[in-house]
Amino acid sequence: MSEINLAATLQATIFAQMEAAYPNEGGGFLLGTHDESGYHVAEVVAVANTFASEEQYHRYAMRPENWAQMEDIADERGLGLIGYYHSHPDSVSTPSEYDRVHALPHFVYIITSVRAAQAVEMSAWLLREDRTAFDRAALLVK
Amino acid sequence: MTSIKIPTPLRGYTGGNIKVEVSGDTIGAALDDLVAQYPELEPHLFNEGKLRNFINIYMGDEDVRGLDGLDTTIDRSVSLRIIPSIAGGIHTREA
Repeated sequence: MSEINLAATLQATIFAQMEAAYPNEGGGFLLGTHDESGYHVAEVVAVANTFASEEQYHRYAMRPENWAQMEDIADERGLGLIGYYHSHPDSVSTPSEYDRVHALPHFVYIITSVRAAQAVEMSAWLLREDRTAFDRAALLVK
Repeated sequence: MTSIKIPTPLRGYTGGNIKVEVSGDTIGAALDDLVAQYPELEPHLFNEGKLRNFINIYMGDEDVRGLDGLDTTIDRSVSLRIIPSIAGGIHTREA
């Protein structure tokens, strides 16, 4: 199983952003590296939710331009665009079918459950090669 | 030949190559050549022969869906790029 390594300070940054976005969904990119031991998150970069405002309580989206810009920056810096994070307000931290159909393998999906404006749980997921489901990844917060 | 930039998560299917040289006069032909070179890309770019909704092909700064889609004639003065749309959401609203 691939391990996802995340510094406690970065987890705290994600939690604070997700709590601020509540009751809407929030999200951003994970920059870092990937090797045989797993994924190592070096930075988290918040990105505004561009979904229609009335739908943001259950949907999150970025613009393709966000991806292009962040990937260029990561490539120039020798980092990888290794995943993204988003929140599930008043819901569990497991990926939804909506998450699955928009997912790619070899990309880390970190989901934070936020209830009553408090981040209560974080989990990490990787899409299977055959696209049929996500597998939970070991999230190591240090 | 035209180069097309591969998104980071899919570079494992192109031998780590960030850019791949592809042939063809249209976007569709270029993608056909890309998946012919790297067949493992196909299920992540296409579903039942159609480009997946969250997969965008940019020619320069333009999404080809706003041009002629896969029939768009390639402008060789600008680069091609595959850009996924990030999107997510909860299962259903809980009580």
